[in-house]
Amino acid sequence: MAEEPETVLQLSPSPAAAACEGLAELSPETATPEPPSSGAVSPGTEEPAGDTKKKIDILLKAVGDTPIMKTKKWAVERTRTIQGLIDFIKKFLKLVASEQLFIYVNQSFAPSPDQEVGMLYECFGSDGKLVLHYCKSQAWG
Amino acid sequence: MTDDKDVLRDVWFGRIPTCFTLYQDEITEREAEPYYLLLPRVSYLTLVTDKVKKHFQKVMRQEDISEIWFEYEGTPLKWHYPIGLLFDLLASSSALPWNIIVHFKSFPEKDLLHCPSKDAIEAHFMSCMKEADALKHKSQVINEMQKKDHKQLWMGLQNDRFDQFWAINRKLMEYPAEENGFRYIPFRIYQTTTERPFIQKLFRPVAADGQLHTLGDLLREVCPSAIAPEDGGKKNQVMIHGIEPMLETPLQWLSEHLSYPDNFLHISIIPQPID
Repeated sequence: MAEEPETVLQLSPSPAAAACEGLAELSPETATPEPPSSGAVSPGTEEPAGDTKKKIDILLKAVGDTPIMKTKKWAVERTRTIQGLIDFIKKFLKLVASEQLFIYVNQSFAPSPDQEVGMLYECFGSDGKLVLHYCKSQAWG
Repeated sequence: MTDDKDVLRDVWFGRIPTCFTLYQDEITEREAEPYYLLLPRVSYLTLVTDKVKKHFQKVMRQEDISEIWFEYEGTPLKWHYPIGLLFDLLASSSALPWNIIVHFKSFPEKDLLHCPSKDAIEAHFMSCMKEADALKHKSQVINEMQKKDHKQLWMGLQNDRFDQFWAINRKLMEYPAEENGFRYIPFRIYQTTTERPFIQKLFRPVAADGQLHTLGDLLREVCPSAIAPEDGGKKNQVMIHGIEPMLETPLQWLSEHLSYPDNFLHISIIPQPID
């Protein structure tokens, strides 16, 4: 999927990123196919290849009438939680804090908000990425 | 001869004697007596503590009550972990009853998920079941069930009906005869010594050479520090449902008999208590 732009999603807001309005957690660096390691996240270290790679690729797909995101593919820290991802998507789509957002794996189950994406990637990723569906209402039981 | 199926009953009816005490800083109009309860190991705290909540709210003013949460020795208790897992992981080496502190204020947002209703517990429980079946059967079994079967699983747990639950759950425990087990074993390994929530990976019940994988094989593969501490290091206990299964036990057998109702094997790695 080299044609899809890939964006680095930072785990913790750095002072530089925080200066960006609105999306403090988003670092709008784009790179293909391999993102440069962001200085704020992993200073001076090369990302090891394969399983131990610090970031994983996720593909975000909207369900039903939930707004789509122009950028679908993101590089995300393995330790980022589902809740962290929900917060990010809500901010990105400019949803009100009170609006609900559900994330699904395999179009079947909603991992609990404290689950880490790296672990889900290892169990349910395929072709080097984890596909997640997001929805403003409960899509799958 | 005892049947292996008896184990399912023993696991289901496991209870932990518990003493609930109101947190000292909660404001009450009268003295709050402690409340004693036998907690089902396989259930969830917020599912079985309606009576505890009522008991303490009787002595409190309405305005001093917000969402209930529980704590043990300073650790907020996650309602979305099964009760037996919380006990094994945090309290198995201390004397009974299990002393849980009840809070109605200062909800620890960072540590706990909100539990607005029983629906939240049901959604979490069903989601875990679906995740487990995704690992075991590529979701085929759970997807072939009807809505009423899903409801029966949940109602069986909620109402503590072993037969009602297992009439459906046994289908989730089946596998093709030629395969000797599930596709992958749904397991989670918890340790108090790490910040990470738990370890979960893909692990097959049968090795490439056809040998059944054991509990020991799993731990050596995904959590070697648990069973091979460095010389002089602290020894660990590997606990499921309050017992230490032999490391030679086949993982497939454990998955079929010692999984929680959510179909996961929840394994606690805890430091060996010093006598």
